[in-house]
Amino acid sequence: MTDQALPAPAAADAAKENLYTARPWQLVWRRFRKHVLAVVSLWFLIILALSALFAEFVAPYDPFKFERLRTLAPPTAIHIFHEGRFVGPFVYGLERERDADTARVTFTEDRETVLPIQFLYRGHSYSFFGLFQSDLHLFGVDDRREQVNLLGTDNLGRDVFSRLMHGARVTLSAGLVGVIFAFVLGLALGSISGYFGGWIDGAIQRLMEFIRSIPTIPLWMGLAAALPIAWDPIIVYVIITLILALIGWTHLARVVRGQFFAIRNEDYVLAARLAGASEYRIITRHMLPAMTSYIIAALTLAVPEMILGETALSFLGLGLRPPVVSWGVLLQDAQNLRSISLAPWLLSPGVAVVLTVLAFNFLGDGLRDAADPYGQ
Amino acid sequence: MDTKAPMPAERLLDLEDVHVHFPMREGLVKAVNGVTYHVDKGEVLGIVGESGSGKSITARAIMRLLPRNAQAAGGRIRLRPRTGEEFELSALERNSRAVRQVRGNHIGMIFQEPMTALSPVHTIGDQICRTIQLHMGLDKRAARARAADLLARVRMPRPQQMLDNYPHQLSGGMRQRAMIALAISCNPSLLIADEPTTALDVTTEAQILDLLRELQAESGMAIVFITHNFGVVADIADRVAVMYLGRIVETASVDDIFYAPKHPYTRALLNSIPRLGVDQGRRLPTIPGMVPDPFSVPAGCAFNPRCTHAVAGVCDVETPPQRQFANGQSARCHFADTFAEAAHA
Amino acid sequence: MTAFIFRRALLSIPTLIFISFISFVIIQLPPGDFVTAYAAQLRQSGEYLSAAQEAMLREQFGLNDPMLVQYWRWITNIVFRGDFGFSLEWNAPVSTLIWDRLGLTLAISSLSLVFTWLIAIPVGVYSATRQYSFFDHLFTIFGFLGKGTPDFLLALVLMWIGFAYLHIDVGGLFSPQYQNAPWSLDKVINLLTHLWIPLVVLATGGAAGLIRVMRANMLDELGKPYVETAYAQGLSERQVVWNYPVRVALNPFISTVGWSLPALFSGDVITAVVLNLPTTGPLLLKALQTQDMYLAGSFILILSVFTVIGTLVSDILLAWFDPRIRYA
Repeated sequence: MTDQALPAPAAADAAKENLYTARPWQLVWRRFRKHVLAVVSLWFLIILALSALFAEFVAPYDPFKFERLRTLAPPTAIHIFHEGRFVGPFVYGLERERDADTARVTFTEDRETVLPIQFLYRGHSYSFFGLFQSDLHLFGVDDRREQVNLLGTDNLGRDVFSRLMHGARVTLSAGLVGVIFAFVLGLALGSISGYFGGWIDGAIQRLMEFIRSIPTIPLWMGLAAALPIAWDPIIVYVIITLILALIGWTHLARVVRGQFFAIRNEDYVLAARLAGASEYRIITRHMLPAMTSYIIAALTLAVPEMILGETALSFLGLGLRPPVVSWGVLLQDAQNLRSISLAPWLLSPGVAVVLTVLAFNFLGDGLRDAADPYGQ
Repeated sequence: MDTKAPMPAERLLDLEDVHVHFPMREGLVKAVNGVTYHVDKGEVLGIVGESGSGKSITARAIMRLLPRNAQAAGGRIRLRPRTGEEFELSALERNSRAVRQVRGNHIGMIFQEPMTALSPVHTIGDQICRTIQLHMGLDKRAARARAADLLARVRMPRPQQMLDNYPHQLSGGMRQRAMIALAISCNPSLLIADEPTTALDVTTEAQILDLLRELQAESGMAIVFITHNFGVVADIADRVAVMYLGRIVETASVDDIFYAPKHPYTRALLNSIPRLGVDQGRRLPTIPGMVPDPFSVPAGCAFNPRCTHAVAGVCDVETPPQRQFANGQSARCHFADTFAEAAHA
Repeated sequence: MTAFIFRRALLSIPTLIFISFISFVIIQLPPGDFVTAYAAQLRQSGEYLSAAQEAMLREQFGLNDPMLVQYWRWITNIVFRGDFGFSLEWNAPVSTLIWDRLGLTLAISSLSLVFTWLIAIPVGVYSATRQYSFFDHLFTIFGFLGKGTPDFLLALVLMWIGFAYLHIDVGGLFSPQYQNAPWSLDKVINLLTHLWIPLVVLATGGAAGLIRVMRANMLDELGKPYVETAYAQGLSERQVVWNYPVRVALNPFISTVGWSLPALFSGDVITAVVLNLPTTGPLLLKALQTQDMYLAGSFILILSVFTVIGTLVSDILLAWFDPRIRYA
């Protein structure tokens, strides 16, 4: 009678057992999955990253090709029924008219021409990162003159959707590369600061406070403006990400330092030390694993900062410059009221920025919550 | 039991069959599962139980201060303070005007953690004066004078200066004194002390207990003293109620509880208290098993799996009714009558 | 308290020195120097400087001195004579160009700071006390949107809405007819119809973050025992919430004022460019584009100095507000 266990359903026991033996990342993943927004964001970002990687395939048209007869065309509407008859996804042709009074060009649908959208369509040929040649595109319409412009065209008749996809490659990679630079700086300085403490910590802390106390955009502008205009776009791209990282590392360093301080005083670290583990072993085997999930979360939250920075600088004309296509560069076209009111679709790169930044924020929040072992 | 019965004249607080539930993802937790007790005017009732037995939640049910996810799932709580009006607390809304009039005014409450139970950014004086001004309608100057009086009554050194101190400048014992001053600031008829000495060291605990006894004798207020420590109960209480898993299992005067417990749980608890000079060198008996988790409370008597006297087929089937004894003692055990004799035999 | 202020003020001196140094480095960063830029400007108007003339000018301006010497001359001129150097682009001393623009930047930034607080505090408190309610979720969504939207994009969208749907004149601070008109009620109203866009833009970015901070702080504080104590005294929910947890939750809030200033100044710069406001933004951008480095460097210097001062003030405010720090 003394040790009578309370009868509990076997299944619950098994689940509990499972929970006790699960590895830390399994627990993190299990908690993460409960965050609907974060999971949706993760999928969104995966799809976006794939589209950016295979931009030439996803984009139906060459992002640099002018179409004199299709300037500032509105987004093409996609229809399914033609005159009450099911056709599948198709677009109508465009009729171009010039208003005699205002000399403004307007487009109307030409209800006669039915152009079915073809998937895996063979259009203009491209070279994929110089690896191979192809002319395969995700979708397109089979017509010499007509196009399907999901997000309309700009004032030179370039397909905004195609440019957006190519811009995603530059903007996203700038964010990631910037975060990697910032990560290296932040991890190095943050862990030195957190591990050694004392005057080294004090000095690094002062440096971080200093950098945080300077308004970032003027500083970015100042540094970016010093780049010679004639430089190769690739070098400008690298330098811009470096500039973003030089200012953005402080947040990561703070997270790392804070974690180091918290974990250094944990009992299990003390236990490892008492057991005679070397400093190196303590840091690599005991402290870093406990921090990885936090660091991943902090990294995820740092990406949007970088993306916003790149966009802002390029928008002002101090960051990346045409012919490089980034979302910030694309937004330069939407700088004045006239073009926005004439062609609101030019703001679509802005929408892309907002969605991407939101997705990274949700993902980062989800990861951070999931990484907290004491969280619900 | 007739729920419409009026409260006897000496009655201050009356709880009848109070239930509090917490709906959780894993199931319904019946934290308070039919608690009935009463407090007479000027009496000190000790409530003893392990952590999780529902003693604090019951106290919060009286104050209508239950956590947001809790459901008051039935029962009746009535209060008739010195002023003579009668409040049916269980029928009042959580933040209604009537409840707010009771809180702080008719019932004062002391909490376990003197470190965190006072606002860190207000002075002791500000916090006491706010309550006084709220309930007694005094102006600032009079409230401040009263607050200084109160601090003197709880034996604070230099009460005038203490008014302008912040909690973090005080030691734990001093903070608990300030907390007591706050709780009695409007001459409540009832003081609920929720483990007020648990976070304090033994010497300070003794001082605080002395202080509470003195204050009780001076003002004639009743005290509900919640603790997990039988020794403290013996020190301060007139009557004792023992709680286990959301139920009162035994109620008796402090002498009867110690010398003639009628419930196996009470007895087991008492046996596990170390005593000076008794059974030296012997292992201290413990209660076998563990407190069951709140989602799977055993059927029948909740204590049956751990009870050394349980009889299969009775105790694990039927919930024992409350047995009333002539001396006022009552116990929820199928074998309350025979058990007491067997224990003495 | 005085000792605390003194110590804190002393600590910010190295930061100020460092900032001035960085600003000077930025001034020096573009290839070429003042004289090269001057010569290039003269060339545009058809005049030419001989190499000897250039060398003489360099000697005269001390441009051949080591960098530290030049820095020392530059900073002492600023500190003791208020001389920030010369703007080639405007052909005027920098100091005559910057002050009224800086004033406007400061005015707009502090107005939006107030605006930010007026939004963030009540919303944060509401969201925490009614956690997971409909409005809490709504505010959360707004908060994330506000955080994710670049300032300039919001400015563009608001401008477009104002222009296309509200049919008001947007951009700048005044409509053309009021630009040089004497002050009148109409002019003030006209100013307000222009001012709301930058204020909303700047406040949204800041408020989005602060709402989250306030909500998290409040949730932390609401769970603390002193809140229960306050309820147990018979205070109403409004009295409890606003007198106790809000008071404590505001502390970290105040300490972040200093951090929100850099963001406000940054936001102001870029928003002003889009909205064509006569604040520092457009002038700074132009100075950078034309590599008018003394002007640009001065702006960066002064904006950073204001930030340091702001942080100092917020630290002092915090000490005054939170007894735990005051007596620590």
